[in-house]
This record gives sequence, C-alpha cells and structure tokens, in this order.
Amino acid sequence: MEPGKSLNIGNKTRVEVKKRRKITKDQWMAILFLSPSIIILTIFVYGFIGWTGYVSLSNWNTIIPDFTFAGLKNYLFLFSDFRFQADLRNTIAFTVLFIGLVIILGLGLGILLDQKMVRGESIFRNIFFFPMALSFVVTGVVWQWLLNPSTGINLFLKKFGVEPKWYTDTTILAGFQWGKIEFGLPVAILAVVIAAVWQMTGFSLAMYLAGLRGIPDEIREAAKMDGCNEFQLYWKVIIPLLKPITMSVVIMMAHISLKIFDLVYAMTGPGANFVTDVPGVYMFETTFRGNYYANGAAIAIIMLLSVAIFIVPYLWSNRRGNS
Amino acid sequence: MEIRKLQKPLVYLILMLLSIFFLIPVYVMVITSIKPLDEVSLTEMWSLPSTIDLSSYSEAFGKLAPNFMNSIYLVVPATLFSALLGAMNGYVLSKWKFKGSEFLFTFILFGMFIPYQSILIPLIQFLREIGLYNSIAGLIFVHVVYGLPITTLMFRNFYANIPDEMIESAKIDGANFLGIFRHIILPLSISGFVVVGIWQFTNIWNEFLFAVTITQSDKQPIMVALQNLSGSQIVQWNVQMAGALMAAMPTLFVYILLGKYFVRGLLAGSVKG
Repeated sequence: MEPGKSLNIGNKTRVEVKKRRKITKDQWMAILFLSPSIIILTIFVYGFIGWTGYVSLSNWNTIIPDFTFAGLKNYLFLFSDFRFQADLRNTIAFTVLFIGLVIILGLGLGILLDQKMVRGESIFRNIFFFPMALSFVVTGVVWQWLLNPSTGINLFLKKFGVEPKWYTDTTILAGFQWGKIEFGLPVAILAVVIAAVWQMTGFSLAMYLAGLRGIPDEIREAAKMDGCNEFQLYWKVIIPLLKPITMSVVIMMAHISLKIFDLVYAMTGPGANFVTDVPGVYMFETTFRGNYYANGAAIAIIMLLSVAIFIVPYLWSNRRGNS
Repeated sequence: MEIRKLQKPLVYLILMLLSIFFLIPVYVMVITSIKPLDEVSLTEMWSLPSTIDLSSYSEAFGKLAPNFMNSIYLVVPATLFSALLGAMNGYVLSKWKFKGSEFLFTFILFGMFIPYQSILIPLIQFLREIGLYNSIAGLIFVHVVYGLPITTLMFRNFYANIPDEMIESAKIDGANFLGIFRHIILPLSISGFVVVGIWQFTNIWNEFLFAVTITQSDKQPIMVALQNLSGSQIVQWNVQMAGALMAAMPTLFVYILLGKYFVRGLLAGSVKG
C-alpha cells in the first residue's frame, strides 16, 4: 500500500513535467531527499509492526523460532491470564491518575506562575521543569528509596501516625471480582503515579504557560468588562481557550503512560500479586527473560492498539487542520 | 485589588510547598551520596552527613565510567545523524510541499507514538542478522531510525517560520533545491539544530528499553548500568545515589545551560499547540 502511495506522487510530478521543467527537477530532488526516511520508516515501523503481528499469531514460545500458525491462541491466553488482567487494571488506574494529576498540577501552576504578582517566576519554573531532563531510570531509583516503606517519607509521616506501605501495599481499593483478578485501584500504583507526576508535570506546565502567554490581554480585559470575576475568567474564558493545549497534553501523556516500562522496571518491578506490573514490563520479561516470543508480540500489539486509539484520530484531525 | 492582596501569600505558599515536593529527591540524592557508609541507614535518611565523604563517588565512578563512555559514543553520532535527516525531511515537508506530502508527514509522525515493544522482536532479529546486535553502532542506528519522526516534526515546525518569500526570491535568482537548502536554510537552522540536538541528546541519553534489550554487559549505556547497580542488593544506597547523580549529570548540565532551548524543543515536538 505504501509504495503505491509514493508511486502516486511520482505520477503527479510527471504530469507537472510538461508544464514547468525547472520546478520539476527540484521537485524530484525534494522527493529524493525525503525517500530514504520514508523507505526506512516503511520497513522499521510499519514492516516491523506487521512482522510483530505475524509473530503474535505464531507458536514461537520457545527459544527456537516456530512460525507455525497459532491463530489467536496467544491473545486468548493473555486475556485469561492473571498477570495480564492485572496489567490492564494497573494501566487503566495509572493512566487516569497520571494524566489527571499532570493536567491539574500543570494548569494550576501555570495559572499561578502567569500572575504578574509572582516574583522569582523563573526560579519556580525551573524547579518544576528540571525533572524532565532526567531519565525515568534515575527517577525510579530515587523514588524507590524515598517511598521505601521503612524509610524515606514515612519517617515524617510516622509522626502523624500514618505509615503507608507505598509500592509494597497489595490492597485493591473499591475492588470487585473481574475475571481472575480483583478490579479496582491498586494502592501500590499510587507510588508509581507520584514518581511519574514528579517527572512529567513540567511538560504540561510548559505547554500551559506557552498557551496562557498566547492569550491576548484584551480578551481578559473584555471578560472583566463583562463582569467576570477572577474565577469566572479562568473557568469560563481561559480554560476553554486552552482546550487545544489540553488535548495535546492528554495525547502526549497517554502515549507515555500506555507504553511505560523503564520507570516501573527501575522503581518497583511487577510487585507482589503484580500490583505494580504493566504490559511493558510483562512484555519485556516474558519475551527476553522467558523466551515466550509469541506472547510478548501479542502484548506489544495490544499496547500498540491501545496507543493507536488515542493517536490515530488525533493525527488525522491535525492533518486535516493543516491542509 | 484587595482580594488579590489576600491571595498573594496563598499563591506563594502553594508554590513553596510544591517546590519542596520537587526538590526533596534532589536533597536526598545529594546528601545520601556524600555520606560515609556507616551513616547510610534507614533511620538517618534525612539527616545531614557528619562529614563529607566522597568515596561513594569513586566507587560509582569505578563501576559506571565505562558505561558512561558508551553513552557518549552512542549519543553524539546518533544525535547528529538524526538531526541532519530531520532537517532534510523538515525542509521538504515545509518548503517543497507536494500532493501527498501531508500524508507522508503523518506517515512519518506515527512512528513517534508507537510503543517500541511493537517493533522490538523483529528489530533484534534484524540486528543479529546484520551483525550489529550488542554493539554501540547498532544502538546508534536504532536511535537514528526511531528518532526520525520527532526530528522531522521539530524541523518542519521550525522551517514553517521561515517566510516562503525567501525561498521564492531565491528561486527567481536561479537557486535550485540543494542551493536553497545549503545557502539559505542551513545557515538559518543553527538554533533549530540546537533545539533538536538538545532534545535528542536528552532522549537518547535517558533511553532504556532499546539499551537493555540490544546491548549486554560491557556494551551497555549508563542507564542500564545504573539500573543493574540499583538492582543488586550488595551495593549501598550512597553508591546508588552517587551513580544516579552521575548518570543524570550530563542532561541536567545541558538543561541548566540551555534550558530555554530544551523547553522550545518540547513545544516544537508536541505536534500542534
């Protein structure tokens, strides 16, 4: 399908040859410039996804490749697997909490820092931005130590009589039986959410700050003339104006959260009863530690589909917006 | 006006509290890393060290230095190549649009969002096939390929700000596709290369999934070595914290020096604002 597409472009340019000779040569150069990347990505993104899809339908669950057709066996196995069901629960809980908190904190801090009365705005900004420059591995190592139940933050909390078990807690809040697992909010995932929010809030803050600065003062003044108070100004005027930014933040955070691997792997691992496990960790362990390639490929395809649900409509609408 | 005056202390209070939350990990990392071994205990985590002991750094350095160098050998060429290819693509996709070029842009962009798990199994088979498995060269190749979507996006957004009239008048003066790229676009691209370079440097330095699956032991970049260090029970916390700081240093340093460009990259890389 894709080579056909680029052929199409070739034909189009050839039509132009008859009209304007000089431009056409440059047009060919432009296509030539672009073609290495197109060819590479056709193979390494689309081709390899296809190959992974093929592996996910095979019997390759040993160290020796076995491409005999297995149908949906691996997918059926996963959806009836305790660990994968737990992963789905954890991913949903993690994604919702992570995106929600990153948006609330980013927007809230953005509004506070955008007030002209705040001095030292750039110091605060840098304090909230710098974790983005770090690796999820570094974040994981540090927060594992901070949220260790017998040390870290708990040394303070103990004075107030609370000692959360953080990522070692196996409680599922609001749980009900669902398939083989208890569905609900795994308390342990909160520890991972805290670390991820610590790292990524700067991202949404940067986006919202840029958005807030793009809103002309006239709009604020006009709203005030119409009798809006400060709260109404933000709730009824500014936040709706920031909707495209919120969309972008949701998309960027959703794809990070649905494919998260390194933070969990470095910080907690799968956890007892898989309370902090995610598909990324399961895929890595089952494929590269357990040699269940077909199962690993099936997990990867499910991860891809979950990301695509968010990304494809977004890219599609952006594309239409451009042209 | 009076309401705003009342709000002011509250605003500062919120900002201060959140700043503490953001800085706690740094405090713990730094003080733990300079503690002598006998003060690194579960109960004394928050207290300042009685003396400054840098032995954890020398131990972390001894363990991580080869991997640190691996990361340097990986990051420099991978950043350069992916930025250059991104500039070429961005130039075409912003200044030489043709029928279907918007589709091709979306086609390229999709690669930015995929979970890399979904290409990992064939990728490793492929790298084994061509003999680049477990090599820095293999990792460079991987990062150039999968860095293409983001660098293309950034350069396309960057070049969109260069007025089309400049290109048009150069065409009238007889400049061709390559001439315009070399003499007009590239000289204007310096800040674009800085932004993309910082972005790629940070991402590749911090990347973990490719690093841990494509390389082993002595070929591993720093993040994998750090993860191994923290995974082993024998290594003390002060050494782990010193290692974490060491691993974080290059990207933090770049951020401190060129943070403005880092944020610009972030905005340029988030599709459309």
